Amino acid sequence: MNDLTPEREERSANLKGLGCSRKRVEDARFTQGKGNYVDDLKMPGMLHGDFVRSPYAHARVVSVNKDAALALDGVVAVLTAEDLAPLNLHWMPTLAGDKQMVLADGKVLFQGQEVAFVVARDRYVAADAVELVEVEYEELPVLTDPFESLKSDVVLREDLAGQTTGPHGPRKHHNHIFTWEQGDETATNQVMDSADVVVEESMYYHRTHPCPLETCGCVASMDKVNGKLTLWGTFQAPHVVRTVASMLSGIEEHNIRVISPDIGGGFGNKVGVYPGYICSIVASIVTGQPVKWVEDRMENLMATAFARDYWMTGKIAATKEGKITGLHCQVTADHGGFDACADPTKFPAGFMNICTGSYDIPVAYLAVDGVYTNKAPGGVSYRCSFRVTEAVYFIERMIEVLAIELDMDSAELRRINFIRKEQFPYQSALGWEYDSGDYHTAWDKALKTVDYDGLRKEQAERVAAFKRGETRTLMGIGLSFFTEIVGAGPVKNCDILGMGMFDSCEIRIHPTGSAIARLGTISQGQGHATTFAQILASEIGIPADSITIEEGDTDTAPYGLGTYGSRSTPVAGAAAAMAGRKIRAKAQMIAAYLLEVHDDDVEFDVDRFVVKGVPERFKTMKDIAYAAYNQAIPGLEPGLEAVSYYDPPNMTYPFGAYVCVMDIDVDTGVPDIRRFYALDDCGTRINPMIIEGQVHGGLTEALAVALGQEIAYDKMGNVKNATLMDFFLPTAWEVPNFETDHTVTPSPHHPIGAKGVGESPHVGGVPCFSNAVQDAFRAFGLRHTNMPHDHWRIWQTANDLGLHE
Amino acid sequence: MSDKMHIKLNVNGEDHEFLAEPRDLLIYALREKLNITGPHVGCDTSHCGACTVTLNGKSVKSCTMFVAQANGAEITTIEGIGQPGALHVLQESFREHHGLQCGFCTPGMITRATKLLEEIPNPTEKEVRFGMAGNICRCTGYQNIVKSILAAASELNALSEDQKVEAAE
Repeated sequence: MNDLTPEREERSANLKGLGCSRKRVEDARFTQGKGNYVDDLKMPGMLHGDFVRSPYAHARVVSVNKDAALALDGVVAVLTAEDLAPLNLHWMPTLAGDKQMVLADGKVLFQGQEVAFVVARDRYVAADAVELVEVEYEELPVLTDPFESLKSDVVLREDLAGQTTGPHGPRKHHNHIFTWEQGDETATNQVMDSADVVVEESMYYHRTHPCPLETCGCVASMDKVNGKLTLWGTFQAPHVVRTVASMLSGIEEHNIRVISPDIGGGFGNKVGVYPGYICSIVASIVTGQPVKWVEDRMENLMATAFARDYWMTGKIAATKEGKITGLHCQVTADHGGFDACADPTKFPAGFMNICTGSYDIPVAYLAVDGVYTNKAPGGVSYRCSFRVTEAVYFIERMIEVLAIELDMDSAELRRINFIRKEQFPYQSALGWEYDSGDYHTAWDKALKTVDYDGLRKEQAERVAAFKRGETRTLMGIGLSFFTEIVGAGPVKNCDILGMGMFDSCEIRIHPTGSAIARLGTISQGQGHATTFAQILASEIGIPADSITIEEGDTDTAPYGLGTYGSRSTPVAGAAAAMAGRKIRAKAQMIAAYLLEVHDDDVEFDVDRFVVKGVPERFKTMKDIAYAAYNQAIPGLEPGLEAVSYYDPPNMTYPFGAYVCVMDIDVDTGVPDIRRFYALDDCGTRINPMIIEGQVHGGLTEALAVALGQEIAYDKMGNVKNATLMDFFLPTAWEVPNFETDHTVTPSPHHPIGAKGVGESPHVGGVPCFSNAVQDAFRAFGLRHTNMPHDHWRIWQTANDLGLHE
Repeated sequence: MSDKMHIKLNVNGEDHEFLAEPRDLLIYALREKLNITGPHVGCDTSHCGACTVTLNGKSVKSCTMFVAQANGAEITTIEGIGQPGALHVLQESFREHHGLQCGFCTPGMITRATKLLEEIPNPTEKEVRFGMAGNICRCTGYQNIVKSILAAASELNALSEDQKVEAAE
């Protein structure tokens, strides 16, 4: 049996399970302005917090005078490090094993650093009071360049003076944080020494910022009567926030409830714990009233969670024919004033060791040096798994540079070096086991769809026409092939502050056959309420429309590590499937009892259990749910519930093939993206509509980063792009339409074969846009130029190549 | 602080009277005095459009306007555009075409789109992209927003054609 009869197909379609482009259940409230974001919360007696921030990037705090601020009508409190010190809350641990000042303790290390926290009746009074706090600073020499920092006598972190070992091993200098090495240095150097061809290139992946449209914020409410603290906030990992809040405050964890309401985008910005959260909690404890803190855009861009800032030097060795024989990568990572990178504990440079990319590279070596500077802390995974965007940009640029050196087509160079389908599971030289892939099929499909050979011909004609003076535009063809590494992760090697990176799902089936499921993750726009219900619909045979998904309330949801690094589908999605299977196992016993046959004599069929070979004898999941609550079934407890904590056996490895075609006006530096083709393989596809939306969004953020989005500092450590006037967020006018496509290579170890997709397009998109710009100038001798490729820099590139003469 | 002003606003068809300081921004008056939390604050500098409302028939960014400047105005926010069971075509269309993800920009986006379609009832894709360039979305890449607005325009035009036919009959 189990042939797909029309009747069965119809039952299956009614479930709106896996593969259905189900419309989102979240949208009704969002389209009517009824979302519930943290700044929408309003409570009786609620106070507002606001920060006094440092205008200097490096200075001693000589004195803080609160008198004038406290004298202002409506001001309730002004907190400084001195006030937090008795509670031992003036410093807090970071996710990277370092510690960070909550409020300036004697000195400031970056512009925008939190110095004092003002608590007042409303946001206007708080802002007035911020102006009235008098802080006397004594300026210190500023270090914004990590290479200078490593040579300087200036000690940035005086609190670490004399410590020659940090949480990630030896420190070579007082401004050095760690060296992280992977792979075989000796063997790699040997390959470099004897290779036919070795090319070396240095590149800077600039500092940028995730900049979700909603900034970070929270409301802390300490109920002094029952001793319970409730914390609402923009948290991508609410359970971890609860644990950290408990450890820091000494409040027992059962007395803390953390709630992530609707979140207006995260992209990594909302993973960390920020001083605003700590100060709000303290202020609520001190005042006994709820305290709201919501940062403004300038504070967001200056102080919470930058991304990237990697100086990467690569050496790639190959045969004359282009077969890569070795890869060497040396990174100097600018971590700012505190090491607050959001990475699993054992990975101080994230998964940068995925930098061998999609290629079969026999030997490789990676070394990352983390460095303190007078810049904001952060180092979050901006729309990518931990540092994977840096890794993929690095290898995809090195491939292009090698192609130039060998005078080869870079599409062909990729093809001859791809890991072959039969090599999976593939052990990479830097320690990963790639679970699955079929790169050649994806690449061939992509190149064929865009008529790659035709594009190259057109490009050559354009170059010839340009040289003849018939056109002032050049054509760039950007290629990228990426492998992501997502779904952290196996508990044995991935943890955040000691918490293993599992995730969870708890399901309760109601007597009338509908259900609620709660997970340890939290959506920030990904549509979890829609897609997790689809996974469950297919697993347990209850329509997705009859399943409520809840996340983000630590009092009700099972413990989970949250949503970032594309881990929700690989980890929590797997937990949902596994919990669903537990439900199904019990349902099978109930069905067998109701049908008066042995357990093994019934089988699951879409939305019911049928007696094997007798399809007309069945019990639907609805019947079974009711029976679970209204009948005494021998040997079974009443009810129908399950919980699963899923520890993934491996990461998942989504991949994709992207092609960008752009025309560049040589005289203005303006690029015109005329085509962008994105093929993504994220394994089993849960909701194609949502996947496509995620790809559009990720590519747009890739365009932003590659073509202009930057947090830049001047020599004094002033942030030069701290408003949306200067920080590039593309509008509908700048963004092209994207063509999406896919292949499906299911993950062999994930219960439903899904791999995660939200971040892939960003990871693959950045090198694709950058390669397109650089490819336009390849015929004129350009080998590499750094992002962001804004109009001025593109013009400068053309000018440097003599194209304006 | 300075003396409070007596402000009258008509928001989504309802009259409101309240006191405000001259420096109070319209967005905070709406959100914190009137509990109209659909419009959001995204940037404080008029760039992102999350705070977009319609004021006396024009799209306005309420984060850079004093409520005193709006005194006496008629304002429509996302809350006044459609009701459960009677949604605006654009609200339906955004859902149908996946024109939103985190939802933070959506109220401003839809509010602006209602005006855009009044300004240009039958826009080209380019006109939609240009007309929506004051509203930033960080999630969708705009492709499905543009699709949602173009589809809504077609539907609204078809509806008005029907009405014309009905009127002629």
